Amino acid sequence: MFALLILLMILMIMGAIVAVQSKDLLSAVISMGIVGFGLTLVFLILQAPDLAIVQIAVETLTLVILIAAVMKTTMKEIKVRKSTVVIYSGIATVIVLIILLFILGDTFKELPAFGYPELRMSEYYIEQGLEKTGAANLVTSVILDFRAYDTLGEATVLFTAVMGILAVLRRKGRKE
Amino acid sequence: MIYFLCGLLFLVGLSGILLKRNLIKIIISLTIIEYSLFMFLALVGYKHKAVPPIITSLTEKNNYVDPLPQALVLTAIVIGLATTALLVALAVRIYEKYGTFDIREIRKLKG
Repeated sequence: MFALLILLMILMIMGAIVAVQSKDLLSAVISMGIVGFGLTLVFLILQAPDLAIVQIAVETLTLVILIAAVMKTTMKEIKVRKSTVVIYSGIATVIVLIILLFILGDTFKELPAFGYPELRMSEYYIEQGLEKTGAANLVTSVILDFRAYDTLGEATVLFTAVMGILAVLRRKGRKE
Repeated sequence: MIYFLCGLLFLVGLSGILLKRNLIKIIISLTIIEYSLFMFLALVGYKHKAVPPIITSLTEKNNYVDPLPQALVLTAIVIGLATTALLVALAVRIYEKYGTFDIREIRKLKG
């Protein structure tokens, strides 16, 4: 199980590199699909079936939106001429990323070991969840009852985003 | 080791944001960063030899994985879809106006 998880994560990293570096926007978008659907399988292995269901729906929608946008506009990647500015900014970025990698490696040592989390708040949710909310699925009892205001905020964000998309893409009343 | 691979995925996305000049590439990199964070939270809540947090019997006590990170990631996934859709809408509108996705060409800030 553990080896399968690591294999999937390596596949996701390879897909991400192809998505970032490819010369064609359509293949970049489809390589991003590798990362998203790989994440679905990772969620299934990590015993989170609710997350896997939501992720597979959301990933499909994201791909449809991105492919529609790319087909409507252009698939060509911008050509970057090699100049000193490009080379210097590339070197600076690589240095920053290497420093960040070391900081991340140090920070991950502080976390509890993989597979042995410290349950403090969740202990209460697991023991009292069924009794207090009546939901057999503990994830549902957390999002819809213990932390219902989070879900209300999520609905607000979704509504605001839809309003924003309508305002940006509306054709009526636009001055040309 | 396994957290480290997750951090590597984050860094691949970050390098895309820093180095690429195409708006669609930047949106893809942002989405990859999002996915690496979701995976990190799901990894933090994982417990060995545990079952998904769904109560199947009232008498015997099962060993469940942490339900709290899963609930928060569930919220974050949907918000991620909304922000990605808004970003793509803005990018398409910018393309209609300027005829390119290149962030160097988008300098004329007039209405």
